[in-house]
Amino acid sequence: MKRRSFLKGTVASSMLGVAASAGLLTPQSILAAWPKAAFEAKDVDDGMEAVLGSSDVTESGDINIKAPDIAENGAVVPITISTSISDVESIAIFIEKNPVPLASSYDLGPTAEGFISCRVKMGKTSDLIAVVKSEGKLYSAKKMIKVTIGGCGG
Amino acid sequence: MAKKKIRIRAKMKGDVAEVKTLMSHPMETGLRKNKKTGEKIPAHFIQDITCEHKGTQVLVAHWGVAISKNPYLAFKFTGAAKGDTIKVSWNDNKGESASAEAKIG
Repeated sequence: MKRRSFLKGTVASSMLGVAASAGLLTPQSILAAWPKAAFEAKDVDDGMEAVLGSSDVTESGDINIKAPDIAENGAVVPITISTSISDVESIAIFIEKNPVPLASSYDLGPTAEGFISCRVKMGKTSDLIAVVKSEGKLYSAKKMIKVTIGGCGG
Repeated sequence: MAKKKIRIRAKMKGDVAEVKTLMSHPMETGLRKNKKTGEKIPAHFIQDITCEHKGTQVLVAHWGVAISKNPYLAFKFTGAAKGDTIKVSWNDNKGESASAEAKIG
């Protein structure tokens, strides 16, 4: 086990080293720039592909979405995503029926816990999909949120 | 220009630091219309938020227009101690930016 994690660590750091020497990364900025394409994608799969590099997800019971069942005001829907999955690299939040499904994505550093809380806008009743990336694999959870007054357009 | 403010509250809960931030920003989607003129209000929203602890990035958030106005963001991380400084900064699509620091209490 120790040997495994040691190997993984060396591979990861050497890959980072290569990327850094190729000028792809500036020091202390291991995390990507604003993913424009992902925020222009009109459906969940395209957005996921653009922001997380894959749309191959497994549903997981280890992701907990805390959000209201009925949101009276779609302009402000408080949501909290927490997960017990270890080594979380990123968390992305999609709202299926929004004009642009990708609401936000978070790149987590090694010390960050799998926990994000924020407030989002929802155009209409929709599924909220939380996608967690860990060790290159994607896990997702869904929750339907009913919206009585939309928060987009006006 | 709107006031650019970030309010940060950071607290240790056992081994985990819990950080809550509140930013002042219109987060305009670009889809809304001015009701009087019928013209679209141009998009104006925060794109990137960086949270640093001791010069290391703890969290980088990429936001789209679907984040509510005056955004709230909370996250947790380990390896911090009371009195450490945490820095939060953002950039928006118009090139504006702001940053703030707070001590973990």
